[in-house]
Amino acid sequence: MSTSPFSGYGLGLRKEHYQDFLETRIPVDFVEVISENFMVDGGQPRHILRQIRERYPVALHGVSMSVGSADGLDSAYLYRLKALVDEIEPLFVSDHLSWSRIDHFNSHDLLPVPYTDEALDLVCANISRAQDVLGRTLLFENPSSYLAFDGASMTEWEFIAAMSRRTGCELLLDVNNLFVSASNHNFDALAFLDGLPTDRVRQIHLAGHSQGKELLIDTHDSPVCAEVWALYTLAMARFGPLATMIERDDRIPPLADLLKELTIARTLGGLDGRACSRSGA
Amino acid sequence: MNLAQWQRELRNWLVCASEAAAANLGATAQAGLSVYQNNYRAQLLGCLEEAFPQVRAWIGAEAFFTAAVTHIDQHPPHAWTLDAYPQGFGATLATLFPDNPEVHELAWIERALDESFVAADAEPLPVEALASVDWETACLRFTPSLRTHALSSNAEPIWSALSEGLPPPAPERLAETACLLVWRRQRVVRLRPVEALEHQALLHLQDNGSFSGLCEWLVERLGETAGIAKAGSLLASWLAGELIIGVD
Repeated sequence: MSTSPFSGYGLGLRKEHYQDFLETRIPVDFVEVISENFMVDGGQPRHILRQIRERYPVALHGVSMSVGSADGLDSAYLYRLKALVDEIEPLFVSDHLSWSRIDHFNSHDLLPVPYTDEALDLVCANISRAQDVLGRTLLFENPSSYLAFDGASMTEWEFIAAMSRRTGCELLLDVNNLFVSASNHNFDALAFLDGLPTDRVRQIHLAGHSQGKELLIDTHDSPVCAEVWALYTLAMARFGPLATMIERDDRIPPLADLLKELTIARTLGGLDGRACSRSGA
Repeated sequence: MNLAQWQRELRNWLVCASEAAAANLGATAQAGLSVYQNNYRAQLLGCLEEAFPQVRAWIGAEAFFTAAVTHIDQHPPHAWTLDAYPQGFGATLATLFPDNPEVHELAWIERALDESFVAADAEPLPVEALASVDWETACLRFTPSLRTHALSSNAEPIWSALSEGLPPPAPERLAETACLLVWRRQRVVRLRPVEALEHQALLHLQDNGSFSGLCEWLVERLGETAGIAKAGSLLASWLAGELIIGVD
């Protein structure tokens, strides 16, 4: 039940760039795809993913596991994901610390989990079940959040640290999400980093966001901003070497633009991910 | 409030924008609730827009938006995948445009194409396999990507024109229904108008699969010689089109 350590620098693979990745060797160490886009019965999507997998290591990143759901996990979803995992043999399998489903309703959004003891017990039970079914360690990402909870008994990072400690799951640190949530909830992003277990963070996401009316919104539709790059550098120094990925979900730019951003990540993180790593890493 | 109750309140806020639900979520939640409400509705609207580009082109962006909002208000999503959400939109369009059947029939075409695109893979039946078939007992299996429908309007030529960027014909109700097959050959989705008899023959086969039963059914309608000849020509056409994946 272990995933590979440092695996370099990758991009989120979106359909606008399928042909680029299939026709030429793109200088990335891995690609990450949205699991649900390929959890279909057959046809072109699965065919493309198989072709991509022949050329690049692939990470599967899900958005619908809903480990925070009070209803528990959807077994049909889990077994469909398992079939994809078994076929693709991915580098990482990740999802979010969030929920989307309650009483046959599915919001298709990454809704936040209250940071309470009850929620922690439930999330840990759901993660343990998912890891048992999939037969591997999963990574969970800190989502962007726009609301706080009356009655929260711990901070987000305390919740995540406890979740990882109790389930053995690993962590996907989305630095942009951290920046967005820290701004929206007025907490110290460095305290968040200090609160995470140094040996459990396995992957990093980098993305852009937008300024909403009152809050920062995690739109993933723009380049990584300077503040997030600075936070990334600190995160790599604390947790590195870590697999790092640029994640763009909307207003997809030419591939060359994303590769330029990846070059910045490589420069800050070091080609072997060790230039900024903590001593002895 | 326990976790399940809290999640139900947030669901109520998303689905109904219930002020009571918002209040129950607590003072610290208020600033962000509108963000989640906007994300929820924008995502579903975007899903419908992406699934039905020709419906949108046909009725216009404003009418499509109104129809989508109606659908979103009446049908909260429930499946694990957003790909399932467009499934009921045709019924909503049929209700909203009762005198314009081409609208919901365009939606059927677009939905069938999308479903067929990701249906399970299946190898077509090789012609050599026919040599050993006992046709008295043979049951045909069709590709899981096959979708069939009888249209009461000229939705198919409208869809074809719109998808090619050409001016669409005026809408009209047909004196006789026009039937459509949608299926996938390898990884390419096909759409083919067929005569009503072929459509009925396929429905007959999808009921019980029996080829001899199909022959009898066709003989009843066309007479012995023409009925058997039609069964043979349909079988040849379905084999050539890679619609048949097995014979039991």
